[in-house]
Amino acid sequence: MKILLIDDSKTMRNIQKAILTQLGHTDVLEASDGLDALSKVGAYQPNLILVDWNMPNMDGITFVKQYRAKGLKTAIIMVTTEAEKARIVEAITAGVNNYVVKPFTPDALSERIKETLSRVAAA
Amino acid sequence: MPQAQTIESAVNPNLVTPFINSVRDVFDKMAGVKITAQEPHLKAGKSTGHDISGIIGFSGAVAGSVVVSFPKAVAERLVEAFVRMPLECGTPDFVDAVGELVNMIAGSAKPYLGGVASISLPSVVIGQGYTVASMSSTPCVIIPCSSPHGDFAIELCIARQAGA
Amino acid sequence: MDHSYIMPFIKSVQNVFATMLQMQVKVGKPFIKTAGSPAYDISGIIGMAGDVEGAVVLNMPTATAEGVVARLTGAPMACTHADFPDAVGELVNMVSGGAKAQFPGKTVNISCPSVVIGHDHHVLGCKDVSSLIIPCTTDCGEFCLEISIRQTDGAAARKPAALATA
Repeated sequence: MKILLIDDSKTMRNIQKAILTQLGHTDVLEASDGLDALSKVGAYQPNLILVDWNMPNMDGITFVKQYRAKGLKTAIIMVTTEAEKARIVEAITAGVNNYVVKPFTPDALSERIKETLSRVAAA
Repeated sequence: MPQAQTIESAVNPNLVTPFINSVRDVFDKMAGVKITAQEPHLKAGKSTGHDISGIIGFSGAVAGSVVVSFPKAVAERLVEAFVRMPLECGTPDFVDAVGELVNMIAGSAKPYLGGVASISLPSVVIGQGYTVASMSSTPCVIIPCSSPHGDFAIELCIARQAGA
Repeated sequence: MDHSYIMPFIKSVQNVFATMLQMQVKVGKPFIKTAGSPAYDISGIIGMAGDVEGAVVLNMPTATAEGVVARLTGAPMACTHADFPDAVGELVNMVSGGAKAQFPGKTVNISCPSVVIGHDHHVLGCKDVSSLIIPCTTDCGEFCLEISIRQTDGAAARKPAALATA
C-alpha cells in the first residue's frame, strides 16, 4: 500500500505518518504542496492520498481537480481545518472520497483511512 | 495602525469563547490532553516571563494578534504529547510543532468569530523572560489555561473591525 | 523566497525612515537566516495573509530602537515605557504596509503588530519558510528587517472573496 501524504506542515506530516505506521502502512511518500505532489504522483503511483487544503504554490483543492483531470482514480482523503459544510461539498465535488477536519483524534483519522480503503476495495 | 474603527473589544465573550473551545478541542483531539480554561481577564500592562510563544496575526473582519505562551517545560511536554515524540526545545521540528499548535487553535476559532478573517503564518519566539506587547489600541484578554503538564496562557488581542 | 519581494521591503524601509524620521537607511546584502544569525533585543512582528503570507520582523538592538523611537515621537523614551511597543509596532506596520503596496496584483492583508522585548530571544518562522535578513544601518545604529513570506497563488481558500461564499 503506497500512500502519498501532502501537507505543508512537517509537524502534521509526522503526526499523520505516525498514525499510518500504527495502521501498518510504512510506504509513505511526503509532499509539501500540490505542485510538489503532482510532480511525484507519476513515478510513485500511490494507492491512497491524504491532502491538506491550504498550502502554498498549489492548494489541495486545485491539486485534487488537476489529479482527477488526468483521469486518475486513486482514493483521496482531504485533511484540513476547513470545516464549513460548503467547503466539504466543494471538496467532494472536486473528487475527494473522504474528509477529515483538523484537529482530529488519531482514532478518527485511522477510521477514515480504513473506511476509505475498504470502500475503494469494494468498488 | 489599521484605521478601521474598533467597534467591539476583545472582552466581548463572542470573541473569547471560540478560543476557549478551540484550545480545549485541539489539545483533546490532537494530544489527548485535557485543558481547563480559567476565567479570562483583561491584561494589565505588559506580560512578562515568557519562554516559548506562538504568535499569529488576524486581519479582515477581526484584526489583531493571538499569542499562546508556555513556560519551557510545559511547552516541551505538550509538544511531546502532540507529536508523540520528545523534541528538544529550539530545534526546527519543535518550533514547527509550536507554530502548528497555535495555527490550529487560531484556525479552529476563526469560523466562529463572525465575518471573514484571515490568519497569518505563525511566528514562534524562543527565549527566557521576555515580554510580549500588543498595540494599546486593542484591549488584550488573557485566558489562563491549565493542563496536567502545567499551565500556559492565551493572550487575545483582537477586535471586530467596522467597515471590514 | 521569490527575490522580487525583497526590493519592495528595501524601498519601503528607506521610505519610512526618510519621511517619518528624516533618516537615511543603508542596506547591506540580504542573507538567509541561519541558527547562528544575530538576534537583537527588540522585535516588532507583523503577520501577512492573503496572496502572500508569512511574517515580517523588525529586529533592533535596544539602543537603535530607543534612538529611532525618540526621533519618531519627538521625545526620548526608554524601552520599558508603556508606549514604547506601540511606536515599534507602528514602524513595522508602516514598513510592511508600504512593501505590500508594491506587490503587483497581489491582495495581502497585514495584521496588528506584536512587539517582543527581552534579551536573547529568537523569532522563528514555521512550515519550512526560510527567513531573509536585510541588514540596515542608520545614524541611530544598525538593525535587521526579517522577511519570512511565501506566495499562496492558487490557494483560493485564503482569498476573502472565496471565503465569503463558503
